[in-house]
Amino acid sequence: MRRWLLAAGAAIALAFGSGAADAQQRTRVTIYTALENEQLAPFKQAIEAAVPGVEVVWVRDSTGVITARVIAERENPRADMIMGLAASSLLMFEGMNLLEPYTPAGVDALKPAFRDSAPPATWTGMDAYLGVICFNTTEARRFNAPMPATWQDLTKPEFRGRLVMPHPASSGTGYLMVAMWLQQMGEEAGWRFMDALHENMAVYTHSGSAPCVQAARGERVAGISLDMRGARERTQGAPIEVIIPAEGTGWDMEATSIVRGTRNLEAARRIADWVATRQANELYSRFYAVVAYPGVTNTPANYPANAEARMFPNNFTWMADNRERILAEWSRRYESKAAPRN
Amino acid sequence: MSAVLQSSEDVLPTARRFITEQRVVAALVGLLCLALLVAIALPLWALLSKSFLNADGGFVGLANFARYFATPALVQSLINSVMVASLATCIVVPLAFTYAYALTRSCIPAKGLFYALALLPIFAPSLLPALSFIYIFGNQGFLKDLLFGATIYGPIGIVMAQVFYCLPHATMILVAALALSDGRLYEAAAALGTTRWRVFVTVTLPGARYGVVSAAVVVFTLVVTDFGIPKVIGGQFAVLATDAYKQVVGQQNFSMGAVVGMVLLVPAVLAFLVEQILKRRQVALLSARAVPYAPRPERRRDAALLLFCILVGGLVASILGVAVWASFIKYWPYNLSLTLSNYDFAEFEPDGWQPYFNSLKMAGLTALIGTPVIFLGAYLIEKAQAAALGRFFAHFLAMLPMAVPGLVLGLGYVFFFNAPWNPLGALYGTIAVLALNSLAHFYTVAHITAVTALKQIDGEFESVSASLKVPFWTTLRRVTVPICMPSLLDIAVYLFVNAMTTVSAVIFLYGPGTKLASIAVVHMDEAGAIAAAAAMATCIVVTAIAVKLLHLLLDAVLLSRLQRWRVRTG
Repeated sequence: MRRWLLAAGAAIALAFGSGAADAQQRTRVTIYTALENEQLAPFKQAIEAAVPGVEVVWVRDSTGVITARVIAERENPRADMIMGLAASSLLMFEGMNLLEPYTPAGVDALKPAFRDSAPPATWTGMDAYLGVICFNTTEARRFNAPMPATWQDLTKPEFRGRLVMPHPASSGTGYLMVAMWLQQMGEEAGWRFMDALHENMAVYTHSGSAPCVQAARGERVAGISLDMRGARERTQGAPIEVIIPAEGTGWDMEATSIVRGTRNLEAARRIADWVATRQANELYSRFYAVVAYPGVTNTPANYPANAEARMFPNNFTWMADNRERILAEWSRRYESKAAPRN
Repeated sequence: MSAVLQSSEDVLPTARRFITEQRVVAALVGLLCLALLVAIALPLWALLSKSFLNADGGFVGLANFARYFATPALVQSLINSVMVASLATCIVVPLAFTYAYALTRSCIPAKGLFYALALLPIFAPSLLPALSFIYIFGNQGFLKDLLFGATIYGPIGIVMAQVFYCLPHATMILVAALALSDGRLYEAAAALGTTRWRVFVTVTLPGARYGVVSAAVVVFTLVVTDFGIPKVIGGQFAVLATDAYKQVVGQQNFSMGAVVGMVLLVPAVLAFLVEQILKRRQVALLSARAVPYAPRPERRRDAALLLFCILVGGLVASILGVAVWASFIKYWPYNLSLTLSNYDFAEFEPDGWQPYFNSLKMAGLTALIGTPVIFLGAYLIEKAQAAALGRFFAHFLAMLPMAVPGLVLGLGYVFFFNAPWNPLGALYGTIAVLALNSLAHFYTVAHITAVTALKQIDGEFESVSASLKVPFWTTLRRVTVPICMPSLLDIAVYLFVNAMTTVSAVIFLYGPGTKLASIAVVHMDEAGAIAAAAAMATCIVVTAIAVKLLHLLLDAVLLSRLQRWRVRTG
């Protein structure tokens, strides 16, 4: 019995001790992020290679959750940095004085839209992502659903119960779509359009890429989703078209900031410097078609050719200032109808 | 016996020993109370108080509750939860009753196998049946025509998955209830020429009615408080458990999350009270003169029940099998060739396989620390003489988690351990706090197991050792623990399996680098990677079943070695 306990104790000590010894030598930098799951391992690897002595610890969730979490923890911040979060959320944090001002070395080389031009600089742009329609042609034929060319086409009765989009409160892609419709159509017409869209919606998903995956697998006919996921699913063999409607589409920028009050300021600054480098942007371009560094392009297979041209003129400040109001109104209109619909 | 206990180094001088032993008991009971307070009572208190505070910590009385009941969406979830839980209870209880009846009151073959089949869902996280049903009845499901155009995403899917998930719990209770019966009643009925239906209604059902109510109560509570199934297959159909998640994780609205937690506590506490009242009213069914009922073969009844068991047991195994099979499919539904790529978790999940190892570590820690603590606690409460008030308080705290759903306890932990004033806040997000939470969540059943085992040991042992001036810890070490070894193993395996599969308590608590396998399943499903989610769920099931098999093996070894004294020799 005693020998058993000794052995068990030794096993526990080994399991926990090995991790602890490793962590002591390096600075653990906790980074809140909304980057996609598959990006985190290569990003961690690249950061740790570029900034020696740093260990990246990710806390990953969707844009809405990370945004809510940073605000909830403002008295007692647990993140050192925020990376790959929607610029509209970071602008909101800036307004709440939650970000540490810092201008990374080499930031001047980035495209102007990806730089925080209002001093003091608090964020650095990384890449842009936009909303697309993933349209499953196999399933569409079964239900005679016509290929959508405009956003209005999605309100046709053939899509009833066969449409899916991300929840704007939890997903960045969801919010940028809602913000785009409201900016482009005007508030009144925008809400009217979403009322009609809601009639067709099977479900509002938590994540921005899930709608495209669901459309790709034929679980739904069409999903409003993240651009890169569309290209990726199609390349994997899904029978989908990745469509950007003629009126243009919503987009947001992913950016990096340092959290005010971090205990690892020096390490965070060096990581922020890395974010603005060309190597970092080459890494982003493995996952995003549009990145901050001029000349770094890597359009993936099956990516819609007209994407950059169809990004509508987005007003980030408007997105940040109106976020809470829009989400409350959205929730009032569409969440109380919780019963399932077909 | 004196030879066992008498050992020179264990005997202390009389005067010193008496005081020391009492003090040791008092100190240990105090420690136990303190640990249970931190692990159970204070988090619940934190939840309770949070529901009366606004976002800035000011007292607002019942304002949060008023706002809750003024929000149609939230009230709708309450109605939805009650509806789904009632429906699932109405399906599971008759199903489990018939199954248990077949296992205890008929002469069907392979009873052990059928019992094992019904218990299979215990080893799976609740998310797994939901994933399976998406593959079976989803819009691309291979049997979706059976739904006649209805959608699986919503109440239908939730109820179906809950039936699978709750079946073992109801079956275990009903098998226990039906196993005890007085054969004389049936003999009398047969002698009087009573019809079989009348015997069933007047003898069998009344005898098992407490078991039926208890099973119904357990199933209702399980369904209301389960988070995994509605999350995966609920679609737009909101229930209380997903609301709590949305409020706390999605919107970081802790006050409203606390209110939902309090609302979730209501059915669980009510159910607990109903059960306690019933237990008190239950009279002993078995008197000393009772004759155990032995079923006699009856071809038509046995054939029908066998068919039923094959159907139900087969369905349970197939539903589990679908998830396992789906985890090997390349691209559902367009490319059904088999692949291992869904097990390459780094493709779908930032930490790759790490959550699985975290789960192993957490479940192992829960079992390794929980088993001795719970057993020692039960020993003190049951056998010690000193500190009566403390022991009573500790027993109350140990019974408390039974009435607290995991989701509610998890919320309490968030509020308690994440509070800025709490010096234990450093533990927040660590494996240790996840293990503590699991331990607290599953404390009561393990505690009852330990108490039951200890009750079977005659109190004479303690009296004899006291008169031999042997301190209690020596008796504990040399007599009680070896005798109770099988129960200790039961507790350890129970804690491990449950810690491995639980999701509703820990979903709020994991931190950077401590995500668990069951949480990874939720996240991968959220991102649409349903095949990878099924793969991770499969890993959990395989591990839990492997541990159970290891347990059975160890049990056999233990019985032949440590328990040799039970067999009379020479």
